[in-house]
Order: sequence, then structure tokens, then C-alpha cells
Amino acid sequence: MNVALREFRATTPFAASRMGIADCDLHLGPRSIAELYPFMPARWRRHIETYGMAHRTGYADGAPAFPKSAPMAARRDAWPPDGAPPGSNLDFTRAQHLDAFNVQLGLVNPPQPSQNFMNGDLGNAVSRAMNDWQIEHLVRPEPRLRASIVVNYEDPPEAAAEIERCAAIEGCGHVLLMSRTSEPLGARRYRPIFETAAAADIPVAIHAFGFAGHPATGSGWPSFYLEDMLAHAQAFQAHLASMVFEGVFERLPGLKFVMIEGGFGWLPSLCWRLDRLWQRMRDETPHLRRLPSEYIRSQVWLTTQPMEEPEPRERVLELIEWIGWDRLLFASDYPHWDFDNPDLALPFRLDEATRRGFFRENARVVYRR
Amino acid sequence: MSMTADLLDRQPQTDARLGIIDTDIHPYMKTPRDLDPYLSARWRKYLLEYDKFVCGPYAARGTYPRFQPNTCRRDSWPPGGGLPGSDVDFIREQHLEANNIAFGVLEPLLNANIARNHDAAAAFCTAMNEWQKQTFYVPEPRLRASVLVPQDDPDAAVKEIESRAGDPAFAQIQLGSKTSEPLGRRRYWPIFAAAQANGFSIGLHIGGTQNSAPSASGWPQFYIEDHHMLVHSMQNQTASVILEGVFQAFPKLKIVLIEGGFAWGPTLAWRLDTHWKKMRDEVPQLKRPPSEYMRTNVWFATQPVEEPENPEDLRQTFEWIGWDRIVYSSDYPHWDYDDPRQAWRIKLSEAEERMILRDNALQVYNFG
Amino acid sequence: MNDPASAVIDCDIHPSVPSVKTLLPYMSEFWQESFVARGIDGLDLQSYPPGAPISCRPDWRPDKGKPGTSLDAMRAQALDPFRLGVAICNTLYGGQIAVSETMGAAVCSAVNDWIAAEWLDKEPRLRASIVVPAQAPLLAAEEIERKAPDRRFVQVLMPVACEMMLGRSYYWPIYEAAVRHDLPIGLHAGSMYRYAPTSTGWPSHFLHDYVAHQQTFEDQLLSLVSNGIFVKFPTLRVVFIESGVTWLPGFIWRAIKTWRGVRAEVPWVKQSPAEIIRDRIRLTAQPLDAPPDAKSLDRIIDQIGSDEMLLFATDYPHWQFDGDEPLPPGLNPGLIRKMRHDNPLATYPRLKETLQ
Repeated sequence: MNVALREFRATTPFAASRMGIADCDLHLGPRSIAELYPFMPARWRRHIETYGMAHRTGYADGAPAFPKSAPMAARRDAWPPDGAPPGSNLDFTRAQHLDAFNVQLGLVNPPQPSQNFMNGDLGNAVSRAMNDWQIEHLVRPEPRLRASIVVNYEDPPEAAAEIERCAAIEGCGHVLLMSRTSEPLGARRYRPIFETAAAADIPVAIHAFGFAGHPATGSGWPSFYLEDMLAHAQAFQAHLASMVFEGVFERLPGLKFVMIEGGFGWLPSLCWRLDRLWQRMRDETPHLRRLPSEYIRSQVWLTTQPMEEPEPRERVLELIEWIGWDRLLFASDYPHWDFDNPDLALPFRLDEATRRGFFRENARVVYRR
Repeated sequence: MSMTADLLDRQPQTDARLGIIDTDIHPYMKTPRDLDPYLSARWRKYLLEYDKFVCGPYAARGTYPRFQPNTCRRDSWPPGGGLPGSDVDFIREQHLEANNIAFGVLEPLLNANIARNHDAAAAFCTAMNEWQKQTFYVPEPRLRASVLVPQDDPDAAVKEIESRAGDPAFAQIQLGSKTSEPLGRRRYWPIFAAAQANGFSIGLHIGGTQNSAPSASGWPQFYIEDHHMLVHSMQNQTASVILEGVFQAFPKLKIVLIEGGFAWGPTLAWRLDTHWKKMRDEVPQLKRPPSEYMRTNVWFATQPVEEPENPEDLRQTFEWIGWDRIVYSSDYPHWDYDDPRQAWRIKLSEAEERMILRDNALQVYNFG
Repeated sequence: MNDPASAVIDCDIHPSVPSVKTLLPYMSEFWQESFVARGIDGLDLQSYPPGAPISCRPDWRPDKGKPGTSLDAMRAQALDPFRLGVAICNTLYGGQIAVSETMGAAVCSAVNDWIAAEWLDKEPRLRASIVVPAQAPLLAAEEIERKAPDRRFVQVLMPVACEMMLGRSYYWPIYEAAVRHDLPIGLHAGSMYRYAPTSTGWPSHFLHDYVAHQQTFEDQLLSLVSNGIFVKFPTLRVVFIESGVTWLPGFIWRAIKTWRGVRAEVPWVKQSPAEIIRDRIRLTAQPLDAPPDAKSLDRIIDQIGSDEMLLFATDYPHWQFDGDEPLPPGLNPGLIRKMRHDNPLATYPRLKETLQ
């Protein structure tokens, strides 16, 4: 991908004349946790400095159990000249990405997992701080961006309160959950999150990763980062099935649910499977009144990165037909190493309306604020 | 004279002089259909198709095969048929009368509270609470029920607790010792709040959900391990409710630890205090040393009674825990049942016996 | 220096790996490239966050950097003041918990080589445990074979919470290799975090996480005994390091009682668990989760029922005691002598080669 980018630079069209796009997954964040300290009580600063930010994982301070394939999982050219972490220098981000690709709407998903800590109160404090930091340091200086409402999803009443607080602030895009939660997202205890978001007409998004505290597969812990990455597809499917069967979509017809960075190739066959089995055992879930695939078709969106690349590549068009062109939201995942360049992500001849929908208009339907 | 005093002071048919309070009796159903009268058609059908659908590898049994059929004493199978603990007349004869039991607290271990489907769990708990009341308390008021609640659905749990408040058929709320998260975590606080507000103690009985490994290092192989390891989960739950500040937030809350052993009580208290002294800034919600919360809010049921190599160490253990914190339990009709007259290998004074066999339990339960 | 016949032996001391960079010289080219290109670091254990109070006594904490990284500090703060004739280094680092078998093995091997070169070679009072990737028993056995010829390695070290219960046959290759070289297995407080660190899920506080290790020691003891590990390996000794100790008598009573009731399930356990435990298990006595009064401490020690089980340790630089006296007051002097000298020598036979 980095090689392709270097080639691309020689033939970049002048940015302003490009079609403006929406980018639904940008990992922009603070240089370090110290930037969040002004936004949290001193007690938590002391806690972090003494006990660290303990996640449900084996290495101290939330270091990943599966080490990444590049430093901070980032493109090597995304390190700003001042040496700050990728995504932490707004000017550099503007030049390298927002302006270069004419991003008109950018959804920020802060890179540090700042949510499911072992200590729930710490999670609440850090989430609030991260939200306030995003508004002040990203959204106010750069109106093209929308902040995520980061919440400690394992403490749903507190998460709901934070959603309500941030719903009143201009510039928020979606509620952000990580995909590795301690229970499937349809579980009853997560309801306050979905109810509050739906009432405020704010989408709920899940993004790959997080620390569930249990293995990502149903048969234990894999060994490699490669497996860790691939397991996201399974987790996303589990969440979707759970939300359908537990009746989250049935009860909240206005809820919009966005799935970020989990791929989408798995969605058609999952829908066929859910529909088929539900028709056999629907008496176990009498609260459902539509086919699972119908809920998904009307209330779920998926971001495009990492873009599926079947052989031959045209097969992806078939896939998208089955899903629905209106279901996909373009995302670059800047500044990560598996970044999708908008110019290379969909190298097919498409009609203007479809292209605009994929790169911008679908996002406008989801993110109305 | 009140019914309570009546039952406590009635003259027995045996040589036992005290009216004894037994904090752990296990009722069973004669047949699985015994629950049907208390269930709606929807849940009767569900039960037939899916059974209780709990976490675990087998469709119709627990993960670890037991040691005796149904885990029960061989002589406790009622002559009239049915499982041990299912025949109220035989319970009366073999245990209540024989041992002069003034009150016995029922502890059903029938998986109602851990069904994976939360709606099912709520329905099963409500039904099983009714079943306990009608099958046991009504014909035999010495037997008092536990309020079973769906542990992982606090809203439904609170509803059920509130619906049973003030009903003399119910002596306590029962929770299982294995929960989805450590018991002191915030998600369970609505249950504690409802318990305290409605004057119910909580009986924490070994068991609970098997949705995760019983150890931080995985799954044991044998019943001998499974049986013993439950003691460790009891320790962990005690540490959790203390360290999360449950007793600080709910100072009137009483928790009885049932069938989880008690020799570990003092050593866990020492361990908690030792390490809390260094790291108390992490838990500012605690205003007292951990051991003090154990002393004021926790009771230990005796069965299976500890058997130190030097029998006199049992006396030392009771002293360390506090003579007022110990309550007798029989675990009737299980195979490792403790007879109140033969359970301890030390000689207790009359006052000590009275405390363990009766008076301490009166501090915890309301048998009015 | 010390009279070898009365040398104080410290059975648990913690040198600390400053960072992955430190270990690079001890790794193969593939792993050097991997760690550098991928930017992998941060392999400190969640079980001992470097900033947490337990990880370092305040007056031992360096102004900069991680505790335990300086040999000079170890000499000045532990080896000299406590007059240690020998101290056994138990290095706790990320290789022992890695999800990748091969990465775990690479880091463990590097740690063992680094310990030998930077600590054992420079300080004759030091000995070490061979740290192994228990997540890959065959690789762990290979590492034991590789390092055992260096007689300064006196034990095989694993965290107490692993991927399976340690009585499982999965781990036999490790025990076989250890026994072949007459090395005890040391289980140290700490977790691979394959499961929640407690038996009922994820606690909120590190304090609770640390307290809960004691329960995992009890679980593992059950597993080792019930699965007949001590029958299959009749010379194997297992050392419980940093377990707290005072839980032991209550455990023994319960183990005896349960075994009497259900021993038919485990017919290979022919002896009472109490006998097996007293014969095969040793425990470092730091921390000693002691009662506040000496009389009760005396009683608990008495209940343990053997003066051969306890091993002296400072657990430097972990914060387990204040001042100059690692042991709580009131212990019998005869017992202290055995803890400091006789018991460690009996437990770690290799120590006798340089200390007789």
C-alpha cells in the first residue's frame, strides 16, 4: 500500500477540483495521555501515573497482546516531521490527508482505546476527557471533523449520561464502542446506550479492537497479529446476530448502527444464514417481526476499509450488490498501515450517483448533524 | 407466644435441646414438570424444547459429574419416590424432626437464575419462588424459601425482590457464587440496594453460572477439584464485595457465605489488610480496613465443616472469624451433609453452641 | 564475605528488563528485525505495573526508569544490607505470557542469556531461574535443556496462571525436562491473562488482581495433586513464589477432607494430599500474609505442620515490608535459620555446589 501511494503522488490531481468525500474512519488523537489531564480530575491523573491504564490484557498499560506489524500500526510516512505520533498533528493531517483528498466530512475515532479499562471509574473519566479534548483540539479548529462520543460501554448508565452530555455539543458524529466488548452487544445491559443514542438521533458505531478480557475466538487465543486482525470479521458477525436476535433493532427502529473496519465480505452469507435459521426457530425470539436481513438492510451501515479485494477484483461489485450500494460508507483508516487511498479503493467504472453515494452521500444520510 | 419463639423453643422428640436454625437445605422437584403450574404456556413450551439453556457443554447436565447420584446421601431417597429433597413429609421426618430444626432455609440449586435467556431466567425465578412457597413453606412453615433472581439482569432481579418483600415465606435472597463479573462490581449494585431497602440478607451459595473458567488458569478435570475450587470463588467474591465498597455503600447489607468453607476467612482478611495498606489510594471508596467489613457484614455457614488435623484448631478458626459470625448449615440432603450433633470434633460450650446453631442466624434472617 | 555454612539465601529477587532493546543482542536476526521493524515494546506485565506501589518499595524506587534494572542498586539495597550469600533471580517479563509460542520462546531465551551475561557473570552471589514459554511446553523443554548446563540456573520459572491447569498432561514435557536436571519448578504470582485474573471475572482494581493470585495458587495445587503429577514425577518439587503462605493450612484441611470423600475418582492419589504437599511443595515467605499479632502467626506456622516448607525471600524490589527486617516478628529462631539456609539448600540442590 505504501508503494502504491508513492506512485500515486506523481499524478495527484489538484485537490480542490476533486469530488469532496466523507471519510468515516480517521484515527486522530492526542500526542500523549498528558494532553487529556486538563480534562479530568487530578485524582485520575495520579491514578494513571501510579497504576497505569490497566486494560483487560496481560501487558501493562494496554500494550497489545498481538504486537502490531508497524510502529503504532501506522504508515511510515504518516509520522509528522516533529516526531509526534501519527494522527496527532492537525496541520500535518490536513496537508497529507484532509486537503489532499478533499475530505469534507471526517469522522474521528481516537486511536487509543480509552474505554474498557479494568477500573470502570477510570474509563468514565478518560472517556469524558477524550470527548472534551476532541471538541477543543479537533472539531473547533477544523469544522470538517466530527468527534466520536467515546464511552465506557461496560458501564452503560454512565455511558448513557455521557451520550446525553455530548449530544448537546455541536460537532459530534457517532457514539463509539470498540468491538471487543465483554458480552455481545445485544445483551440487555447495553440497552441504555442504544436507547439514549437513538433518542438523540445519534448513530452508534463499533470499531475493531478493544480489550474484551476473553479470547477473540470461540476456541481460545490465536498466536499471531494476522489472526487477531482476521478475527474481527467473526466478532462483528456475532454482534450483529446478537443485536438482531435480542431485538435491539426491533425495539429501536430509529437506531442507526455503523460497523467500522470489520470488512463487509461476510455480510451477505451471514444474512442468508440468519434468515434461514431464524425461520426454523423463530419461536425462541417471538419479539422479532421481520427477517433478520431486513433489520440489517434498513439500520446497519458498514465502512469500506479494509476494502475487499477478491480475484478478479470485479467480484467485489457483486458483493456490494448483495449488500446494497446504500449500505457502505467510505473510510480511509488514516493514518494506519492498511490505509485505503480513495483514488485506488474502487477502481471501476461506476455511474456518478453510485460513486457519490459510496464516497459521500451515504454518510450524509447517516451523519445528519 | 409468637410463632418464631414457639418453633425455637418446642420440645423435641430427640435429645437435641435447642431449636436449631439450618441455613442450607436443598429442595428438589419430584419431576421436571413440577414447575409447569407456575409458568405461562410460552415458558412451559420453552422448557420442553430448550430446557433451562445454561452455560456448559452438556444439554442436560452440569460439566462435572458428581460423586453420588444427584449428589445426595443414599438414605435420603424418599420411600414414596421422587428425588431426595422433593418430599416435604420425608424432609420433615428425616431432618426437621430428627434434628429439631426450628427453621430451615431452602437453597434451590436448579439453574433458574443462570438461564442464558434473560426473559427465561426471570420467568423461571418467579416460578421457582412460587414453587418453593407452595410446595414447602405452605405445608411446612419451618421451611423458608430463598428469593431466586436472575443475577445478570438487575432490573428483573429488583422487581422480583420487591415483589417478595415482607412475605414471611422468604428468608433471604439467593445468589450463586460464580457470576459474570466479580460480585462487587457496579452492575450488581441494584440487587444490593434492593436487598438492603427491603430488609433481605443475601445468601451467596456455591454454584452460579459456568460462563467462564472457574480458575484464572482454566478448567479443572475432576470433581475433586471442581468441588474444592468453589471455595476459591467464594474467597474471590468476598474480596470483591469488600474492595469495591459494597459494604461501605450498603452498610446494613448482610451476606452469608454458604458451602464455601470458612478456614480461609481469617487468612484472606490478613492478606487484604496487608496489601490494602500499600495500595489504599487505589480504593478510596473504602473508609475502613477490609477485615473490618468482613467482621461486620459477612457470615459464614458451617457446612462442609473444616476438619483441621489438630481438632482444636477449629476453635482457633472460630475465634479468628468471630463466634458471632458463624451459622450452622446441614446441606441436607447432599452426601457431605453435616449432622448438627456430630459436625464438630471439639466440645463447644453451651453458649457457643447456641450462637452457632441458632442465635447468630437470628441476626441475619427474619423468620417473623 | 559470608560463611557458606550460614549464608542467607534469598529465594526471590527481581532484576527487571529495561526494554526490549536490551534483549535485542540476544536474539536471532529474524527477531531483531521483527521487534525493530514492527516497533514492538511494552512487554511489562499487567501483573506488576511498573508504577504500582507493590512493584517497588518507595525508598528503593529510582528517580528515573524502571525499578530493578540496576545491579548496583540491587547490591546497595538488597544483597549487602540483608547480607545475602545467594539470591535467586526471577525475571518477570512478557515472553512468559506472549500469545505467540515462538515470540514467547524468543523473548524467554533472550532473557535467560541476558541474565547470565549482565547479572550472573557480574555478581557471584546471584543465581537465576530459567524463564520458559509455558504456552509451548515443547519449546519450554528445549529451553530448559539449553540452559541447564549452566549450573547457576537453579529453577524453572512459570507464572501461576497459565493457559490450562498445570496438572494437565500438556505440561509433562516441562516437568520431564526439569526433573531430568533436578530443577524445581517455580510458580510465581502473575498471569498470562488468557482468562480473567480471578475465578469470577475481571476485577476493577489492581489491588484485587494481586490479592487473587493466592486463589490461583490454591487452584494449581489442587490440579497438581489431583492429576497425580507428583506420582508421575516422584522427585519433582514445586515452589510457590509470592503466594502469601498463610492460606496453606486451610487448604490442606479442605484437601484432606475432600479426598477422603471422593478419592475413588483419583485412585492414583494414594497418599493423603497433606503428605504430598508437605513433601513436594515449598513456599517463599514473602509476602507472609500475617495476622497482626505474633501469637496468631505462631499458630498458623504450627498449622502448616512442617518447618521445611518455608523459604526466605526479600522479593526485592517489590514492596512487601518496610525497614531492615524482611520477616515479621515472632518467628521461632530455629525456623528462621532453616528458612534462610537449610530449606533453600534442600530445595535447590545446585546451590550446594558452591555453598557447603
